[in-house]
Amino acid sequence: MSAIIMNIALTYAQICLIVAFGFATARMLKGPRAQDRVLGLDTLYINAMLLFLVIGVDNGNVFFFEAAIVIAIVGFVATVSLAKFLMRGEVIE
Amino acid sequence: MNSHIETLPLWAAILIAVLLVIGSTLTLLGNIGLLRFRTFYERLHAPTLGVSWGTAAIILASMLMFSLHLGRPVIHELIVGVFVMITAPVTLMLLGRAALRRDRARGLDLNVRRITPPDSKAVDGDEPGPTDEIR
Amino acid sequence: MSRYFPHPLMFVALLLMWLALTRFSLGHLVLGSAIAMGASWVVGLLRPKRVRIRSWRALIVLFFTVGYDIIRSNIQVAVIIVRDLLGHKRSPGFILLKLRLRDRNALATLAMIITATPGTAWIEHDPEDGRLLLHILDLREEQDWQVLIGDRYELLLMEIFE
Repeated sequence: MSAIIMNIALTYAQICLIVAFGFATARMLKGPRAQDRVLGLDTLYINAMLLFLVIGVDNGNVFFFEAAIVIAIVGFVATVSLAKFLMRGEVIE
Repeated sequence: MNSHIETLPLWAAILIAVLLVIGSTLTLLGNIGLLRFRTFYERLHAPTLGVSWGTAAIILASMLMFSLHLGRPVIHELIVGVFVMITAPVTLMLLGRAALRRDRARGLDLNVRRITPPDSKAVDGDEPGPTDEIR
Repeated sequence: MSRYFPHPLMFVALLLMWLALTRFSLGHLVLGSAIAMGASWVVGLLRPKRVRIRSWRALIVLFFTVGYDIIRSNIQVAVIIVRDLLGHKRSPGFILLKLRLRDRNALATLAMIITATPGTAWIEHDPEDGRLLLHILDLREEQDWQVLIGDRYELLLMEIFE
């Protein structure tokens, strides 16, 4: 019984996150302005992190958590440097 | 097939399933908002849904699952939560400021509504005007 | 003592993070302490303003207030997005507030709270005269934002940090 409930919830969560992935990618490709693309990329990173956590719950494997934390860190640095570039045209002043 | 799922007690399975559904639905709604809203500043609100309770619910589900599966408290997911909680405002603030700077450079009127506290005249002398533009 | 532990709160936070990422054992306690000490010493070289929490009671009150507000506004924004899908009208807009907070740590905390709460976005703050520009997803007349931001959060933050 618990396996059926969990499998339905896990499948639903993964479908939701993959559809969300598609929406964020669409916003990134569509623009229309540069900051929209960066925001799409940031959301894409968060979705990827959540998807990895859900896959980790699905597989019972702790190592997906480590991939999730790496994605979170890389996403943060990437978005901050891109936003900084949009603000001043330079990353490091 | 997945032994760690089959050994879960029923109450835990229901709780984890509910948390997963809440988290992923909120994230999906945030992304729908990201795609559908018309202006950039509205879109800036959309990812916060996934960042706040989207992440929190999925992290709680993962913590509960691994704690029951491994038989000891597993709290390292909290670090992801704290990290996302601290970093997401930084990126969103920077993006908001970058957009504002670029809009000002293009001379866009943002139509700001000014709200002043009752004792603001004691703080400084400027009067709120009806057509107030930000600098 | 304060030469070797310039930031005790940071030290404790880093040590807890190390122990959470690994499994608790004596070796990890020693290694984590050494790393946390080195890291907080390096942070001391950057000379940030020392965090001094004056009122732990206010911190706990703030924690629960913010937790409740985040849950409530999550539901609100989810409803707004669903209504938007169904074609309802909204009125997003900017508002300009005046803050009395001056402490940098308190302002950083307020920025985190406002951005983490769906429906409000922190756009710009002017440290000279305390003007704060916010963007609100659904700006309705009946809501008093000055009361929400100013009295709910600002007074508590002033009690904690200043």
